[in-house]
Amino acid sequence: MAMLHTVNKSPFENRSLDSCLGRIKDGAAVLLFEDAVYGAMKGTAVAGKVQSAMEKSKVYVLGPDLRARGMSEDQVLDGINVVDYGGFVDLVTEHDSVQAWL
Amino acid sequence: MKLAVMVNEGPYQHQSADSALQFTKAALEKGHEVFRVFFYHDGVNNGTRFGVPPQDDRNITVQWSELAEQHNIDLVVCVAAAQRRGLLDENEAKRHGKDGNNIANGFRISGLGQLIEAGIQSDRLVVFGD
Repeated sequence: MAMLHTVNKSPFENRSLDSCLGRIKDGAAVLLFEDAVYGAMKGTAVAGKVQSAMEKSKVYVLGPDLRARGMSEDQVLDGINVVDYGGFVDLVTEHDSVQAWL
Repeated sequence: MKLAVMVNEGPYQHQSADSALQFTKAALEKGHEVFRVFFYHDGVNNGTRFGVPPQDDRNITVQWSELAEQHNIDLVVCVAAAQRRGLLDENEAKRHGKDGNNIANGFRISGLGQLIEAGIQSDRLVVFGD
């Protein structure tokens, strides 16, 4: 059954996004929020890794945390869905369990 | 759906206390029940009523207290984490011979059993932290 994984640290700060993407099952969902929104940007050193994760999993990014860092939705990798806090709640309820990669 | 939230980071540190608060508000707005918020590690610092942030800044503790009052949410602070960090209620202050207590409205001090119970009783447990 599908699990939601949450990542809240920048991939340029620690390895939690890498650990997460390397271990999730096909069909899982990943929500990038807080400083992890940097992992959703186009043209970064981790963009390729995130894009290949999207072949088997869904990736989401929290819009308010993007905007709080001066970034807009058109800077986000194609295929990543931008959600608000209500969308975060929906992701939690739509998946069977939630794993925070702290 | 019945949700439980765990907060492992203090207020004004990175963003986790704010994220947990915004998530909890959004869940309540969508009609979900938030059964309990459990504060562990530095997260217990969310529960001190002695914090005085600048007037143009958010008061995270007061926002938790207001949410708890409006929506009957059980705000539980881990006793061992609280003792280490100087967060006391009236009983704890008396028990340890301290001259006052600082726990905020709506918060109560209890143990890790409350976290386990929240995990069992709720449909989802969402963790916020450093």
